[in-house]
This record gives sequence, C-alpha cells and structure tokens, in this order.
Amino acid sequence: MYYGIEKFLHAFSSLADLGQEIADTRDYREMVETALQVVLGTLAIRRGAVVEYERDKNVLKFIAARGISHELPPDVAFDGAVVKDLCAGGACGLNLYADEGSGANKELAEKCRALFKDFGFELITPLIIRDTLLGVLLLGRKVSEELFSELDRDVVCAMARHIGVGIYSHRLLAEVEVRAEENRRLYDDLRETYQDTVRAFAAAIDFKDTYTRGHSERVGLYCEIIAREMGWDDEQVEGMIVAGYLHDIGKIFVDREIINAPHRIDAKLLPELNGHTIAGYELLSLIKHPFTDIPLMARHHHERVDGGGYPDGLTGDQIPIGAKILTLADSFDAMTTDRPYKRRRTLEEIIKDLQENAGKQFEPGVVVAFARAILKEIKGETEDKRITKMLAKNYDDVKSIEPLLVELLAKLESPSLNTSTATS
Amino acid sequence: MEITESGVKGEVICSRVEGSVAIIYAQGYLNKISGEQTERECRNRLEDGYRALVLNFSDTQIVNSIGVSILLGVIDAVEETNSRLCFCNVNNHTAQLFDMLGLTRHVYLAPTEEAALAWSSKDQTAGVAAAAAATAN
Ligand SMILES: [Fe+2]
Ligand SMILES: [Fe+2]
Repeated sequence: MYYGIEKFLHAFSSLADLGQEIADTRDYREMVETALQVVLGTLAIRRGAVVEYERDKNVLKFIAARGISHELPPDVAFDGAVVKDLCAGGACGLNLYADEGSGANKELAEKCRALFKDFGFELITPLIIRDTLLGVLLLGRKVSEELFSELDRDVVCAMARHIGVGIYSHRLLAEVEVRAEENRRLYDDLRETYQDTVRAFAAAIDFKDTYTRGHSERVGLYCEIIAREMGWDDEQVEGMIVAGYLHDIGKIFVDREIINAPHRIDAKLLPELNGHTIAGYELLSLIKHPFTDIPLMARHHHERVDGGGYPDGLTGDQIPIGAKILTLADSFDAMTTDRPYKRRRTLEEIIKDLQENAGKQFEPGVVVAFARAILKEIKGETEDKRITKMLAKNYDDVKSIEPLLVELLAKLESPSLNTSTATS
Repeated sequence: MEITESGVKGEVICSRVEGSVAIIYAQGYLNKISGEQTERECRNRLEDGYRALVLNFSDTQIVNSIGVSILLGVIDAVEETNSRLCFCNVNNHTAQLFDMLGLTRHVYLAPTEEAALAWSSKDQTAGVAAAAAATAN
C-alpha cells in the first residue's frame, strides 16, 4: 500500500503536537521526554534518547530515553573532534549504518557508532542552536524495519530544531532565574549591611548621650510598630525603622556637655541642641539611602502639627508623615525613660498627654495607630508584644492603661478625623 | 468475570479479564494522559501474571504520535514478558496508521473483541510471532 499523503499528514500533525508540547510543558525533563515520545511515535521507533551536551565536562548526559532501559544510562564521554564534526555537518541527521558516501561522514559515523554501540541507535541528529551544540537526538530502527527515507530525515531534522529551541529556552530561563536569585541575595546582603551600619550608628549616637542609651533603637521599634499598624508595606516599614535609628544623628555635632546637662538646658543653649535636626538632615542628605525621605524625617522630627515646633515651624500636612511618626515615637520614649532633667512619667499621665496633644504636637492618626497597637498587645490580639515588654522594664502594671487607651481611641477615632496613611 | 476501573482525575481506564486474557479499553483520544493510563493498566495486568492482552479501541477515534509511542512501550512490555498482544475494534483510519507505521508487524488487529479473545487463547505458545504471521495473511 502506498502511504505518501498519510505519512506526510501524520508527520505534519505530529510536528504541530511537538510545538505545542514544548510550549506548554513547564517541567524541563517532562518537556524533553514528551518531545522524544512525539518523535518516536511519528516514525514508530521503539528506542530513542535525547542527550544534553555538557560543554564544561565534555560529556553527553541522558535526559530522556525510551526503549533502552528503565533507568537513564550514565553519561557518555564525548570527543571534542566529534562535536566539531557534528556541528560542521549541520543540523541534519547522520545515519550511522547506511553508507553515507563521503569519507568524512563515514568516519564520523564510525566514531558515533563506537560511542553508542550498546544502545542500537541508528540515526544521530545534533541539536544545534546558533552554532552551539546543545545535545543530540538518538533514534533506533523503525518498527517497520524500513530505512529512514528522505521525508523521515526531514521530519526528524525539523523536530530536532524544535527540541533544540526547547532546550535552549530552558537554559536561558534557568540562567535568568539564577541571575534573579543572585540579584535578590545580593540585594538582601546590601540591605543587611546597610541595616547593620545604621544600627551601629544608632549605638554611637546614643552612646554620646549617657542617659538615653538605647533611645534610637527603641524609637526605631516604636516607628516600626506604628507604621505597620498604619498599613504600610514592608519596604516603607523598613525605611521607618532606619529613620528611627538615625533621627538624632545630628547630635554627634552637639556638645556632649549640652546633651548630658543634668538640668533643663538654659535658653541660650537651646538653639545648639535644636540644631541637631538640621545637622542630621545635612549629614543624612550626603548618604544615598535605599529609602526615601530619611533626611527630611530627621529634619522634621521636632515639628508640631500646630506649627509650634522646630526647625521650620511647619504645620499639619506640611510635615512629612514619617516625621510625624518619629515625633510620637521620640516623645513616647522620652516620657517613658528617665532623663537627666526629668524622671519618667506614669503611663496614665502619658496616655492622657497623648490624647491631650493630638492635633497640637501629634498627628491624631498617628496617636490612634500607636494606641491601637498597644491595646492589641494588652488584649493579647497579637503574638508580638514588643511595646508592652519594653514598658514592663520600667512599669509594673502596663495592663492598667487599657481603659485609658479605649477612651483615647473613642475620642480620636471619630469619622471626621482623617487617619493619615503612607504616601511614597 | 471481573471488571476493574482505575485511573486519575475522572479519566477512567476500564479493564476486565476473561480466563487468562486481560482486556483493556483504551479511552477517547489516545494522547499523553489517556495513553499513559492505558500503558500503566497494561503493565499492571502483565505484572498480575496475564500473558495475553487485548486492547480494545472501540472508544478510540484518534491516536496521535504520543499515543503511538506509548503503544510501542506496551509492545516492549509484552515482548519482555513473552506475552501476546492483540488490538481490536480499531477504526479504519487508525488501522491504516498502524499499518503504515509497521505496528501491525508486532500486533494482530482483530475485527472484534470475540475474534481477539479467540486469537489470544488459540495458541499460547506462538506469542508475538503469530501476530505478525496473522497480519501478514
Ligand atoms: Fe531629637
Ligand atoms: Fe530623639
């Protein structure tokens, strides 16, 4: 029976199947296995394999095999000269047993026969993309026992190109993924280094200020909790922590005597102490931060929403939201720890102060967020209890402020008050 | 007579045994998914000790290249265990494909399941060689 058209149709639809399988199959090995199945089914061949050429080791590695054994055979050492000859021969198959006429091919066929003598492959087709040998498609005899026809060879070559593209794009993808992963790790390293540096800075700032050891780190913690409560994303929260660590960096320019003065500093020294905001801004502006607005937050962390703060006397929305968070975190730490000129205040007094000063010194939305975060810790609604743990060092009964917090929230959470949110 | 069903995700492969012959029903479009299920069912039956398999294609309209490759795997498994294999109820188009590709040199195509069963139990020693001979006639 003559099957010319049918053979062509079967081959043609198989080629379409192959393209689809290569495009649709995400898993690399599965893609290669399926592609091999398509090739074998197209010409009805029982044994075949796809091997990948590993250039650095100069070996052929079996990725998929059918009809030879249940497990993939071990790698086959590959002769560099054979690689060169295969590439020079172009992307079309080399029949290992048919008489190929030309001497060079005969020699190459002999070498390849020696390479795969145990497997009974007859047609070897290099997978070449952009002049690079990616691997080899190995095919055994057809079950019809017919020799490979011209059409068969063309079909195999077309399919080999498809498989080559599949392997090539997989390699590209794998490389991109590795690069992305490297990049991510590099970025994480950088962030970590930056955070460590910043933390070291914070310690240095606080060290100068005997009575406020740990102040910057605590402010960083409060900033983190407030920002998170306000719904900021991880990166913005991280920026807020850094701002907390660095907000008083300008103090390294202020005389140690002034900072550590055991009494309220007298009026003529105030400008110098207050100058730490501008000094901090100028210093921080010199550094490239992965987060925006750190210098501005440091500059404005002593502003008040009613305009009575320093250094610029900004009001309300003129003050960056990050600076407003800093103000509250900074004041809260100042109130809850002993200072040279002032003993810490009771928690009751402090909560009342926060409520009293919302809309004057503090942004009401920030006060609300902070109160809500503390309340959540007291009520046990969060696993994280970092504020109450911190306060427990200085106060015996942190829980007792619960009703005051509830009252504060009831008063400040009225719908007329807009809660400020993070803006980039 | 025992009928078993196995398969995954709603695609069910049916098979039953009659005497020493296992009959497996290939499903719909014999492609990668249904083909692999069919192959697994065949291998399971061979493992159970059946030495004659009948693959019934009455529900199969199309066999694609992956399907062919899988059937070649079944032929391998059958030959490894010295068993015999027979296809039945293969539609015209598919029969032409099997003939064109040379599968019929290894598998006997019976017109009906009864014919397949008769052929399968006729001569247990003849094996696959009988298939080729029967097809050649
Ligand atoms: Fe400050
Ligand atoms: Fe401070």
